Amino acid sequence: RALRTNRVKEEATSQTVSKAGEGIKALAAPTQSRDFGWLPDSLRPDPGSQLCERGKFTLLRDTRTDGSFLVHHFLSFYLRAGCKVCFVALLQSFSHYNIVAQKLGVSLAAAKERGQLVFLEGLRSCLDLLFGEEEEQPAQPSPLQFISGSASDLRALFDFVRTSLTPSDSDSWKGPVLLVDDLSVLLGLGAAPVAVLDFIHYCRVTVCSRLQGNIVVLVHSNEDSEDEENELVVNALCHHSDLILWAEGLATGFCKDVHGQIKIIKRLSLELTGEQDQVQIYQYKIQDKNVTFFARGLSAAVL
Amino acid sequence: MAAAPAPRGCGATSFQRKAAAGSRLAAVAGTRPSVRHGQLLLSSGLPSLDCVLGGGIAVGTLLLIEEDTYGLYSNLLFKYFLAEGVVCGHDLFVASAKEHPDNILKELPAPLLGDTYRNELREETTAVKSEEFQDAMKIAWRYQNLPKIETSPTTSTKFGHYYDVSKRMSPELFQSVKQHRFYLPEELSSQPEMKTWNMNSAYARLLQSIQRIIYQEGFDGSDPQKKQKTILRIGIQSLGSMMWGDDICSSDTPEDVHSLTKFLYVLRGLLRKSLSACIITVPAHLIQNKAIMERVTNLSDTVVGLESFIGSERETNPLYKDYHGLVHVHQIPRLNSLICDVSDTKDLAFRLKRKLFTIERLHLPPDLSDTVSRTSKQDLAEAAKLLSSGCGAMAIGKKHLDF
Repeated sequence: RALRTNRVKEEATSQTVSKAGEGIKALAAPTQSRDFGWLPDSLRPDPGSQLCERGKFTLLRDTRTDGSFLVHHFLSFYLRAGCKVCFVALLQSFSHYNIVAQKLGVSLAAAKERGQLVFLEGLRSCLDLLFGEEEEQPAQPSPLQFISGSASDLRALFDFVRTSLTPSDSDSWKGPVLLVDDLSVLLGLGAAPVAVLDFIHYCRVTVCSRLQGNIVVLVHSNEDSEDEENELVVNALCHHSDLILWAEGLATGFCKDVHGQIKIIKRLSLELTGEQDQVQIYQYKIQDKNVTFFARGLSAAVL
Repeated sequence: MAAAPAPRGCGATSFQRKAAAGSRLAAVAGTRPSVRHGQLLLSSGLPSLDCVLGGGIAVGTLLLIEEDTYGLYSNLLFKYFLAEGVVCGHDLFVASAKEHPDNILKELPAPLLGDTYRNELREETTAVKSEEFQDAMKIAWRYQNLPKIETSPTTSTKFGHYYDVSKRMSPELFQSVKQHRFYLPEELSSQPEMKTWNMNSAYARLLQSIQRIIYQEGFDGSDPQKKQKTILRIGIQSLGSMMWGDDICSSDTPEDVHSLTKFLYVLRGLLRKSLSACIITVPAHLIQNKAIMERVTNLSDTVVGLESFIGSERETNPLYKDYHGLVHVHQIPRLNSLICDVSDTKDLAFRLKRKLFTIERLHLPPDLSDTVSRTSKQDLAEAAKLLSSGCGAMAIGKKHLDF
């Protein structure tokens, strides 16, 4: 653990010293790889290596912009790495994610076939729950049962996650991952903030501690938001996360070449070694098949 | 790409990409495929709005209009959407709690077909152009030959149609178009009690009605017999207002905060799995609890806000004398892609000319007064604030740069 923190410190100092140089170097050699171009190491570890972080909770947060590109990145990243993924996709349809994942080099349909991906399409599940026929009582209650009011907590959703990620004997995947897009929708559907936090807590115990997997969750937040329930959930999750990726729109408004800035916060203070959280800030531009990151003020349009 | 029924039947969503492009896509009248994300696009009835929204409204998505103060112009957009459906041969579903859908359908604007639109445009612009030809530029003569900047965004005209607001659409055009109606007072009296899923009962009935139409008419691809594919255009007027039995517009702490967002979520599911598109007008200016509007925006695909100058001090302001209000594009969806087509012009205004309603880039006239008076300086500052606010899909900046 000491080795890892030293390495991280080295990275931080070298970056502050030669930030400008690195930025220019990265831009001089544009990478066409699907894996998001020049990406800081904190976002691109190899899950197979010993330095890989397991049992971690990553929070994706967006303000004044759309942070769903991070969800697509993590989905294709974990699938490519051979992990078993349970994706709770509440906001968009399966084909939307499939088409974007194909651009990033992964086929969701194929992953579903071979059992690597368990996909909960929230929209379809909700329709089945509300408009499904009465005779077809499935063996398992619907994961989104709380919408129709028959339950007030998210226990059914948690049971779904637990059963999909608990490894069976025939599984050879590298480690379970839970991906949620996006948690703020649950509040709009009638779940109380406490119920949402309970759900996350149960998932953390099961997925992160017991199964040594990772969790990645997307939430929306706004600076002067009046949605107090949402702010409560976001703040609580921030305190418990090991890594926070915060995509913000630029404070000065819309720009064609810089779509926003991303703050990467490594919660080293949680490890109780007396260290401060490490914060890195980059700006990014989203393109059709990848996202390019660069140091602040060094976008290709400026240089 | 087009939502042809997949072999699996009900499993198909309208976002499935088709292997063979071209011939099968053109089978649905009034649509064209988008270059960006391969979805079918519909026209909203207003070609300038189509341009701003990145080509049109995608099939399977929801267009949310935040009403202006008196609902005049949002009603106009609502009627344009339905009128476009009639001209293209799409089916209509009109839901309203205040005005009877038959009255709404009677008042649709008449389409300007063929040369009549060009004549209209020419009338408007000949007055202006004749002066311009007279003064050739004397000082900035190098700029003489540069192309004139288009104030109103234009697209190739085959896709959208223009409408004459002063005339009514003739009933013959309606004959081939199926119209479904949902008038809340009638529905409440006729239907017996049905399950409401912990939601406002009016919304629950509306959802059941929409789902029934989609299923019975085969818009979700469940009926492979249906050869003639068409789109269902759903229009819901003044959702969230008191006429729907919801008190979010009248009270600061409403009883049921979740009904509207639950409704939008289920509607989103219905739209995604069928060949349909929906326009909803919401009286956002009446909703006290801003948290609800934030959640509503997150659950909608395209969000456009209208702000009219009626009753505000901008009505008499000489800076805005050409326009009747402002258009704010709050959100444009990212469909099947990491990016979306955001228009470059963020400052948009609308005006209702004699017969035509257009959305244009906001042009402030130059400030030619010798002494800059206080009132105009304040307006310029407000205008600068407008210029720095951007589309929510990319970024919203609240601080304006003060030079």
